[in-house]
Amino acid sequence: MTASSGLDSPATATEGQPPLIEVRDLVKHFGPVVALAGVSLTVRAGEIHCLLGDNGAGKSTLIKTLSGVHRPTAGDFLFEGKPVRFSNPREALDLGIATVSQDLAMIPLLSITRNFFMGREPVKNRLGPFSFMDMGAADRIVHEDMRRIGIDVRDPQQPVGTLSGGERQCVAIARAVHFGAKLLILDEPTSALGVAQTSMVLKFVRQVRGKGLGMIFITHNVRHAYAVGDRFTVLNRGKTLGTFAKSQIKLDQLQTMMAGDKELQELSAELGGTV
Amino acid sequence: MQCFGFTAMAESSSAETVAAGRRDERLMRQSRLRKFLGRPDLGALSGLILVFVFFAISARGTGMFAADGVLNWSTVSGYLMIIAVGAALLMIGGEFDLSLGSMIGFAGMMIALPTITFHVPITLSVLLAFAAALTIGFLNGLIVVRTHLPSFIVTLASLYILRGLMLALSILFTNRTIVGGVKEAAEGTFVAFLFSGTIGDSLFAWLADHDVIGRLPNGAPSVKGVPMPIVWALAIAFVGHIVLTRTKAGNWIFASGGDANAARSVGVPVDRVKIALFMLTAFCAAVFAACQVLEFGSAASDRSLLKEFEAIIAAVIGGCLLTGGYGSVIGACFGALIYGVVQQGIEFMQVPNDWFRVFLGGMLLIAVLFNNLIRRRIMSGR
Repeated sequence: MTASSGLDSPATATEGQPPLIEVRDLVKHFGPVVALAGVSLTVRAGEIHCLLGDNGAGKSTLIKTLSGVHRPTAGDFLFEGKPVRFSNPREALDLGIATVSQDLAMIPLLSITRNFFMGREPVKNRLGPFSFMDMGAADRIVHEDMRRIGIDVRDPQQPVGTLSGGERQCVAIARAVHFGAKLLILDEPTSALGVAQTSMVLKFVRQVRGKGLGMIFITHNVRHAYAVGDRFTVLNRGKTLGTFAKSQIKLDQLQTMMAGDKELQELSAELGGTV
Repeated sequence: MQCFGFTAMAESSSAETVAAGRRDERLMRQSRLRKFLGRPDLGALSGLILVFVFFAISARGTGMFAADGVLNWSTVSGYLMIIAVGAALLMIGGEFDLSLGSMIGFAGMMIALPTITFHVPITLSVLLAFAAALTIGFLNGLIVVRTHLPSFIVTLASLYILRGLMLALSILFTNRTIVGGVKEAAEGTFVAFLFSGTIGDSLFAWLADHDVIGRLPNGAPSVKGVPMPIVWALAIAFVGHIVLTRTKAGNWIFASGGDANAARSVGVPVDRVKIALFMLTAFCAAVFAACQVLEFGSAASDRSLLKEFEAIIAAVIGGCLLTGGYGSVIGACFGALIYGVVQQGIEFMQVPNDWFRVFLGGMLLIAVLFNNLIRRRIMSGR
């Protein structure tokens, strides 16, 4: 698959517009536990914004707040310049904030097509209480989408379980894109994948950016983040340590910042910065 | 049709890339074979063919494949098919209904009791029985989705409640456990035709005139017509198959059984789907009951014992996974057909009936092992 060079550069035509999503000093408490203690983040259309942080840094809480699962305790939350407050994930989804979670919301035994359109089946015609699925159109859409990803010459009716992990991830992302996501939250899309599978997913993520979608790429693998990210926000103990454009920061600096703790930094240095 | 469109596309793309062309073609052939082998009802189809071949040879000359012999085993199969379709759809949706057999007995009693003891018009009793069955199905479903308890235990409770209730009511109102006389009460009514009549009588008379089928000693054709239970079975199977494979509701059934949480997260109304499926199995049980009561003219408290397991066996032989999310209505029909052919075939061959159970158990075990193999192959990926 050859991605054309136009797809690779971040879209910069969105400067004048308000960012897709903007949160300022976001705070989230669960009873006495302070999960987020003032997080600020902006994501523009056409950028891949990497959210880095170790376990317990608040990544999950942040994305669950952004996607409408949790309601923030305090702070500003704007979508396309307008303040929003979601009472459930459906509302966020309707605005175009889609989350591709680690479990992918895919059923291995079902065909790719059935998974792709699960809950949003294309209807051809109705007879009494039954709406007939337009399976032909659904298969064509899936086949076309898969071809674009680079999973060609495969049967859209084959079970998702027969796909590799990377392919499954790509299908889940393609599904969100197809159903009109503006902001895509990718939760650790590469954490369980091998090298070849990872590069496949990263390539596809870059391709999706070319369509002008904004993406939040959550990972604790700095290398994966640096490979595709335009900007990086590091989260530590419920706070943002800052946001950096790719030109401002190097891979090892990012690694160091993420490691946070001094001992960990030393250990990381000892191990050659590969942790 | 869809696969033809896909083939055409695949071929054009392989033509573009000459070097990779041959490899693509090989992949295609393999995937088509895999697709065929991956059909959930394949095992049941091969089982059915085997069973037919076996009896065609060993039950030769017993009259099993004469018109009235065919009627005999296809009626047995038809009855089971009615409930097997319901059980299969429910199983694909991720649940069981162990109260199916009791529901048949209960619905039968709901038809017979009011008709005989209170002289309620039979049409009304039948409607009442359907309403009662659907209500109980709804309650079964509601309890399962609200409590998240396994349907196994919830419907086991219903099994006992319904079986006991039917017996108690029958004793209370008639002091007997068999309530007869329904046939006379239903004489000439539309419901009598709907559940115990035959269709295509003139066709069979014509066939007898032309000596295609035999005649009874009294000169009537050996088969009067297609009995309504078979018509019901085919109708329910047809609708079930179309709904499962072609409609949005079918996709929801697969999704609800495959992974309820994943289905919910993309907006599938899992609870509603499951409740509807419990109501469907109750409906199937009521159809079974109506056919049975109107054909035999009586309701009896020990009727349809263990039918729930026979329905589940037919569904499993038909390729349904016990864990849900996978299976086919056509497979369940094949399963029911295997059941009828073997049970009656053994009778035709005058082999002691006990062997049938041995066969059924063996068949079930083979089917489960086979299904498990298929699932593991799908789940393991490449």
